[in-house]
Amino acid sequence: MRKFRLRVWLWRAGRACVAALCSASAVFAAATPAPFSPTNIFAPDSTPARSIFRISAFVLEITGAIFVVVFSLLAYAVIKYREPKDDDGHEPAQVYGSNQMELAWTVLPVLIVVVLFLSTAQVIHRVQDARAPADALQVTAVGHQFWWEYRYPQYNFSTANELHVPISDPGHAVPTYLGLLSADVDHSFWVPRLAGKTDLIPNHPNTTWIDPHQTGIFLGQCAQFCGTAHANMLLRVYVQSPDDFQSWVHEQEQPAVNDPSTAAGRALFVAKACFACHTIRGTMAAGKVGPDLTHLMSRDTIAAGILPNTPENLRKWIQDPPAMKEGALMPKVDMTDEQLTQITAYLETLK
Amino acid sequence: MAADSIAVPLPRTESRSLLLDWLCTVDHKKIGMMYIVYALIFLVIMGCEAILMRIQLARPESTFLSADAFNRLFTMHGTTGIFFVAMPILIGFGNYFVPLMIGARDMAFPRLNAFSFWMTAFGGILLYASFFTGGSLLHGGDAPAVGWFAYAPLTSPAFSPGHGTDFWNLSLLLAGIGSIGAAVNFIATVLCMRCPGMTLGKMPLFAWMNLVTGGLILVAISPLTAAQLMLMADRFLGGHFFDPAAGGQPVMWMHFFWIFGHPEVYVLIIPSFAFISEVLPVFSRKAIFGYPAMVAATAGIGFVSLGVWAHHLFTVGMPSYGNAFFVLTTMVVAVPTGIKIFNWLATMWGGKIRFATPMLFCIGFLFQFLIGGLTGVMLATAPFDWQLNNSYFVVAHFHYIIVGGILFAIFAAFYYWFPKMTGRMLSEKLGKWHFWIFVLGFHLTFDFMHVPGLLGMPRRVYTYQAGRGWGVWNMISSIGVIFQAAAILIFVYNIVHSYFRGALAGNDPWDAWTLEWATTSPPAEYNFSSVPAVRSRRPLWDIKHPEDPDWKYE
Ligand code: HEC
Ligand SMILES: [Cu+2]
Ligand SMILES: [Cu+2]
Repeated sequence: MRKFRLRVWLWRAGRACVAALCSASAVFAAATPAPFSPTNIFAPDSTPARSIFRISAFVLEITGAIFVVVFSLLAYAVIKYREPKDDDGHEPAQVYGSNQMELAWTVLPVLIVVVLFLSTAQVIHRVQDARAPADALQVTAVGHQFWWEYRYPQYNFSTANELHVPISDPGHAVPTYLGLLSADVDHSFWVPRLAGKTDLIPNHPNTTWIDPHQTGIFLGQCAQFCGTAHANMLLRVYVQSPDDFQSWVHEQEQPAVNDPSTAAGRALFVAKACFACHTIRGTMAAGKVGPDLTHLMSRDTIAAGILPNTPENLRKWIQDPPAMKEGALMPKVDMTDEQLTQITAYLETLK
Repeated sequence: MAADSIAVPLPRTESRSLLLDWLCTVDHKKIGMMYIVYALIFLVIMGCEAILMRIQLARPESTFLSADAFNRLFTMHGTTGIFFVAMPILIGFGNYFVPLMIGARDMAFPRLNAFSFWMTAFGGILLYASFFTGGSLLHGGDAPAVGWFAYAPLTSPAFSPGHGTDFWNLSLLLAGIGSIGAAVNFIATVLCMRCPGMTLGKMPLFAWMNLVTGGLILVAISPLTAAQLMLMADRFLGGHFFDPAAGGQPVMWMHFFWIFGHPEVYVLIIPSFAFISEVLPVFSRKAIFGYPAMVAATAGIGFVSLGVWAHHLFTVGMPSYGNAFFVLTTMVVAVPTGIKIFNWLATMWGGKIRFATPMLFCIGFLFQFLIGGLTGVMLATAPFDWQLNNSYFVVAHFHYIIVGGILFAIFAAFYYWFPKMTGRMLSEKLGKWHFWIFVLGFHLTFDFMHVPGLLGMPRRVYTYQAGRGWGVWNMISSIGVIFQAAAILIFVYNIVHSYFRGALAGNDPWDAWTLEWATTSPPAEYNFSSVPAVRSRRPLWDIKHPEDPDWKYE
């Protein structure tokens, strides 16, 4: 009787587990484009990330093999040479060393090091010394406490926090070369599925490159501690088909929309000193401290990827930025509810 | 109670109060004990900081700590761990046992020794004073929030107003002076104070390794001190060493810091090797295998470790040949390290292994150090490091070395030498509970911590988004901390309890072979009533086995 109940219980529990696993993996698969995580380094989708992945797998195999060998020796020694319970009390034979053995376990690791070094050096050269083809897209990324500025020198506009690049398929390679600068402290550009990280350091310009093989959104975040809101300095890379990318560029090149129905908000943007920090092309606002807002509404998120760009979030953000993102360098500006509504309405026209 | 196993009471020349006795002491054993107790207190403090951080990170988007509080905690946790836990505890054991093992009556410069300890001690106190200045204690007062490697220009007054950074800077300057004093003392002691018959080649590996550590401290701390003086000039005197606006170079700080920072890793791991090299043979009942190779490997590691620092800088944009150079030097370190592991294995091979608590921690050390070393090879592969650098994988890697390696070696040392230092045994039963619970907690926390790193989680983030797939792993890591904390409580209880109630140890409870076991437990102030003379690396073996002494073979 007892046994039977236990079996039923086990069967039920098992079924529940399987169901849970299935639904969990379904949710997982739907929510994340890559296995386990959208930022999995083992799901590369661009040449530099793939080269890194291959050498990583090679190193993992070698270190795995070393582990198995040394661990087996350790386990064997621990089991085989434990002092027996009925020990006679004599000390074991004393062995002081062996030159042949020392030679063996010096030479063998040296050989492994040579192999690892040569294969690593090759990958370093291939990834780091790649030259930009003439038709590569050039973007300058500037790290700010705590957001990203992207300048497109070939097109004469700049935007913030959401980097758009064209897909680079094997038939028509259009890699993107990123110049990396910093406006204040050290940051690091890390989108794991596209490339390894490279730091943005003041007075020390760096470069990196990506050539995504798939359209979609690739995530990442700042990987060098840069102050209070370092954890909230997220990266979003939008990989688009050539046509989509061109129409995005065309949109961004336009000056800001001038909608007369939101003139009040537009005036407040000046009156409340927003213009001192933000640029809105086509108006007098040309500040460089905060993100370019010319086409704010073309972005999915605000505040470096941490908030969806909805009217409510926009309003809450303007009302009290440090409350939404601790440490954000946009000050809280005193405004009445009505003013807040007007300025938000104005920003919402910046398509 | 056997009368011969009771410690000889210390002769008192004048009647000082107990407190004054400790405050004014220049006895290497008392100074060693003070280093160790001081470090244990900070170990508990840094552990509490870790607990707070693990609570915050257990779930995504948690609001347990503010960003500022979290940033202060990880800065203090790291700085404390390196400078006020690991270094003092290792220097403390060295202080206590180097003179005993080489048959000396004290360190070469007893007053310098006391001075060094107090410098280090004041450093730690100064660092923690920062909590009580500036803002609310709930957000960490004005404690530094720049990370333990304090990259410029985040440390400039513009980005770090207040005095947190100055507390960090000044306290480490003080501690650095202390470390340099200790290093000078170790070198002089080992080179000049050995007892008759103890040539360099007959010295215990413990002394050799502390000698190399001393050399490393001397060359490694100076660049840090230099950089800190520059930082101080920048912050107080209008200097521009690291000020980009005036042409200063933040990258220069990185190089200065890691020219210190990497050898520092070996300043911590080589004394741990020293512990293992003494404990492992005794509990395997065999002489250390390949003594000359061990000495050569130690010197080799010390030497090569001075040329690998930029493997911390693979992502700062060095030229490809620069990166390749540091890949090579870093991988070369694996060779002497491998030699050591193989020699330890060979020492166990064919022995009669006794699984007393010190030996358990040694075996834990070997296992975890092996894994930490192999993840180190992954990080040395520059391209792999472009992904792993500054991620949680790195955090897991260096905790594998620092906790799984260094701290395990320290625990081995505690269980092994506590009887010598206090005259009482630590409880074996509690020791085994301590070991197994700590092993469980350690592996829960740090094994699973590698995964979020591989999934793109950077270090030093006070929060993270749901939907990144990092939550589960962080939760498991946080749960492991409960076990680690429980084990540490058992350990602390064991120390306090055994200090008063432990079984009496006698002079030589482990049937060991080096000179410290030839004197009383605890040793008298003068260590040895007559200075011993030795003929081999294991003088007590020679006495115990007159028919088959070591000196016939060395
Ligand atoms: C002192 C400079 C400063 C002032 C004044 C300022 N901002 Fe900002 N603003 C910033 C900074 C810096 C950010 C980026 C914050 C972050 O993500 O960390 C920002 C972000 C924003 C964003 C989000 C942009 C995005 O894409 O993420 C909006 C919208 C915005 N500000 C609107 C305003 C408005 C409206 C005002 C006037 C009431 C204003 N700002 C005043 C500095 C300023
Ligand atoms: Cu950043
Ligand atoms: Cu290093």
